[in-house]
Amino acid sequence: MSMLNFLVRRIIYSFFVLLGLSIVIFIIARIMPGDPARMAVGARAPQWVVDQIREQMHLNDPLPVQYGYWLADAVHGDFGLSLVTQRPVTADIREFFPASLELVLVAGLLSALGGIGLGTLSARYKDTWVDNVVRLFSYAGVVTPSFVFAIFFVLIFAWELKWFPVIGRLSEQTPAPPVVTGLITVDSLLAGQFGTFLDALKHLVLPALALAMGAIAQEARITRATMADNLSKDYIAAERALGISEREVTGRFLLKPSLIPTVSILGLDIASTFSIAFLVELIFNWPGLARYGMQSMLNKDLNSISAVILVLGAVFVVVNIIVDIIVAQLDPRIRLSAARSE
Amino acid sequence: MAGSPVTGFSPAAPLLDVKNLQVHFAVYGGRLRVLDGVNFSMRSGERVGLVGETGCGKTTMMKAILRVLPTPPAKIPAGEILFKGRDILKMRDHELRAVRGRGISMIFQDPTAALNPVFSIGEQVEAVIRYSTSPGKASSREETHQRAITALQEVALADPERLLRSYPIQLSGGMRQRVCIGMALSTRPEILIADEPGTSLDVTIQDQVLRLLRKLVEEKDTSVILITHTLGIVRETTDRVYVMYAGNIVESAPTARLFSQPLHPYTQGLISTVPRLTGGGIVSGIPGRIPDYLNPPSGCRFHPRCSQMMEICRTTKPPAFKMGDGHEVACFLYKDEAK
Repeated sequence: MSMLNFLVRRIIYSFFVLLGLSIVIFIIARIMPGDPARMAVGARAPQWVVDQIREQMHLNDPLPVQYGYWLADAVHGDFGLSLVTQRPVTADIREFFPASLELVLVAGLLSALGGIGLGTLSARYKDTWVDNVVRLFSYAGVVTPSFVFAIFFVLIFAWELKWFPVIGRLSEQTPAPPVVTGLITVDSLLAGQFGTFLDALKHLVLPALALAMGAIAQEARITRATMADNLSKDYIAAERALGISEREVTGRFLLKPSLIPTVSILGLDIASTFSIAFLVELIFNWPGLARYGMQSMLNKDLNSISAVILVLGAVFVVVNIIVDIIVAQLDPRIRLSAARSE
Repeated sequence: MAGSPVTGFSPAAPLLDVKNLQVHFAVYGGRLRVLDGVNFSMRSGERVGLVGETGCGKTTMMKAILRVLPTPPAKIPAGEILFKGRDILKMRDHELRAVRGRGISMIFQDPTAALNPVFSIGEQVEAVIRYSTSPGKASSREETHQRAITALQEVALADPERLLRSYPIQLSGGMRQRVCIGMALSTRPEILIADEPGTSLDVTIQDQVLRLLRKLVEEKDTSVILITHTLGIVRETTDRVYVMYAGNIVESAPTARLFSQPLHPYTQGLISTVPRLTGGGIVSGIPGRIPDYLNPPSGCRFHPRCSQMMEICRTTKPPAFKMGDGHEVACFLYKDEAK
């Protein structure tokens, strides 16, 4: 009950966050030099065509009115035409977003498992060689950009060892599954094409791991620090003193309170993976949103830039809501105080 | 160790025998020599009090006995902790687990810190109960739950069903303390260590908690180590008292004897700090404070604060002199009277 209220309130707040973001995006798009109408029709079109387009695009109206029109269209999913692909921006996003989502979800899963696993190991064997190896990896992982990992992975695992394919989401000879969600792994399972699923998974491993490396390192550091801190808490001494097994103390009573900071940071890491994925997507020729957004920026494709930013903003908002729900599940103090403030 | 006969253990021997226990903590700049060769023993059924100023190593000693000091930074360079004749410090994990809980159980000083904030009371009590049943006699979920309810009822907590579903922050300090006591007793321990029970509570609640604790250990005939600052409680509830100063046991004696004839200058000071209803004005206290464990005083650690300090106290650590009737004191003043 209180959880539902909490959720509804968070969704209402998020709506305002996105509204604010849309205003900022709109203003930036309009302040940028260059006439959108001229850009839309091309440099050689006669002036009267441009004027006509200006009128059609409501560019002669005051800014607030223009924003009103833009927002009304955006709410209906209409962000105009992309200057580069000459297709509706919404269609582009519908095509590229699932590819990125699939990549980021797998990267997020790897970050969670890898980071929490390594962090736990490091805290459990604090100040031994295990801990030192994990810490060394963490420092290296945090400071190395994901594209460096991407290049190394391609060179080693794809080019030299040939364990994984180099580029794309599927091999050429593999039949693509009918599009339902846009996530090839999910769609292939829905269609019962197990071979396609495996092929898609193989294509996912390297780019997802390259993207996840930084987050794995970050999560390992945070998990280790929190756990090491909690290990000296009296409740851990008390649980041990009362005869609970070491495995249950570490794997349950220590793990749960120690996960709270990790989950919060993991959420932010996953959301920002979306926006920093462009170089990795470029290296693996992955038809994703980050790469599309980057191309739009290089081409000053205003309509797609606004749409991509708004979608990324929505991703951050959704991920944050999910993180809040998980943290509230982990920590009764947050859950109960949310219930009390009703 | 229920069910497994321990060879070489006779009922006359001490149930718990701590010999020359040292505990050091590695810190930046050196080692804190907190426990400096402590000797402590108790027989089955005995109620032993452990008194001394804050920071003198009482809690450290109890945590060392259960091997729950965080290592590192803690280190035990020397000593033996014999429980029924077997050294806890040398035990393997499964033997240790049989001692923890069922053999020796502990109520921690601060009930708020001793309860895991993200697990419900039920999850915590039931986990303790699950591990306290002897192996081979696995109890069902329902049985565990029933025993958890009984454990809370024993410490006079109303509505145990609802309490088991609650989280520590939803409970008052007094309730948390009761939960901790209930949890520590739910294992049916042979020795219960109670580390300043109720100190964090107001005086009336503290009194209730202590009465309850006393009633429960008398009913079950549990051996008890009671750590406290309040000498009145020691006098009322214990058979024997150990006085600790800066990581050393300075005096031990049957309770009545210690209060009537305190020998060690520190014990004398400690007892004189207790205000009496018969008047006598403001108490004097003991000047000075607990020494720095990084560079503890040489010889007797109490010598810088002692009003009767002699030359030998600076250089030599006093051994425990036996004064008869189970009275021991570590002070050179009694070197010649020792039996």
